[in-house]
Amino acid sequence: MGEKEREMTSFKQKLIENGISPLRAKGIDILQVNLGYRCNMSCKHCHIQAGPSREEMMERETVEIVLRVLTDNDIKTLDITGGAPELNPHFRYLVKAARDAERHVIVRSNLTIFFEEGMDDLPEFYTSQKVEVIASLPYYIEDNVDRVRGGGTFQKSIEALKRLNELGYGRDNGLPLNLVFNPQGAFLPPAQDCLEKDYKRELAQLYGVEFNKLYVFTNMPIGRFRDFLLRSRNFEKYIERLISAFNPATVDGIMCRYLISVGWDGRLYDCDFNQVIGLGIVEGYPQHIKDFDLSSLSEREIAVDVHCFGCTAGQGST
Amino acid sequence: MSDYYREEDLERFGEIGKYKPELFKKFMDWYNSSLQPGVLSKREKVLIGLAVAHAIQCPYCIDAYTKSCLEEGMSLEHITEAVHVASAIKGGATLIHAIQAHNVVDKMSI
Repeated sequence: MGEKEREMTSFKQKLIENGISPLRAKGIDILQVNLGYRCNMSCKHCHIQAGPSREEMMERETVEIVLRVLTDNDIKTLDITGGAPELNPHFRYLVKAARDAERHVIVRSNLTIFFEEGMDDLPEFYTSQKVEVIASLPYYIEDNVDRVRGGGTFQKSIEALKRLNELGYGRDNGLPLNLVFNPQGAFLPPAQDCLEKDYKRELAQLYGVEFNKLYVFTNMPIGRFRDFLLRSRNFEKYIERLISAFNPATVDGIMCRYLISVGWDGRLYDCDFNQVIGLGIVEGYPQHIKDFDLSSLSEREIAVDVHCFGCTAGQGST
Repeated sequence: MSDYYREEDLERFGEIGKYKPELFKKFMDWYNSSLQPGVLSKREKVLIGLAVAHAIQCPYCIDAYTKSCLEEGMSLEHITEAVHVASAIKGGATLIHAIQAHNVVDKMSI
């Protein structure tokens, strides 16, 4: 890529043109913690490149620091992600301790984890802890889901959702069950409210499944999805599409301004995506959870790169 | 002729406005307005666009409206159903002209 092209695809340059540079955090409402990259699945769109052979896993010592930061700083929400975070041996300890400290806990679950050995009581555990479940279900049609996430995933996901429904999830009684849509290719997602209606109608009619909200995420041009874009020669067009859909109105609400991401090794990042590409917190601010300082990190300058166009395209993705 | 329709040519559409720019501007304004949500949603409009694209077999329109359908949250199932509708109407339009043939035969026959 030449100098001119680099400038044209620079997110920072786009922010400058719109008078919103440098991008700064507006506080830390959410501590997002990645418990590790191990997963029982190997989805084609996974930006983490998670899978069964990944060995990165947060250790107990770091989990304890996370809990201390969470309670010492009155951060209201703990957002737990992975990989499949449930595969970390300290997962249940972390959830329970955070709930005992009266924090709202979100778990990003792939649903199929319920069917792995020793995991079949996860729905009951979630219920007892009243955690918010955000579950990946990239479409309401079986073929589309299985093509991205592997054969049999859709049926397992439906079975898992039914179990959560039976326990009261997704029915407006303090047990939120939210689903996540990702495009199954090199294109932008549709409007959230429109697709949510389709999901609710189809899942209810065909499977009797209920849920609360649908989140529509844009695929980030990093990790396994980037490999797909390059392999299928869609990379340049996809980046162009993201850039052409830049919507300055989304910048105010993008997640990096309200959360901080903790990697499996305790390193701090502005978001999960920066974590994957190794783009740490801007120099001059704490870089590791053990050095956490709420006041400086709450106003930190956010590190940006071309993938940030994924969060600001169209209606925004966060 | 295999490269008669080149993908990159769609991006050159604006070059047509080099001549008679006032006509091209009128077309573009009309085109863009017609796709804005009205009584019909954007989703319904791009699906109509896709069906018409197949009926008139315009490669550029097929590319563009297939992408639009995906970005409106539709799948190959939606797309295929829409193309069946377009095909069925095209097929029906051909078949109904058999009446004209029948009329000619009737007129010419003893």
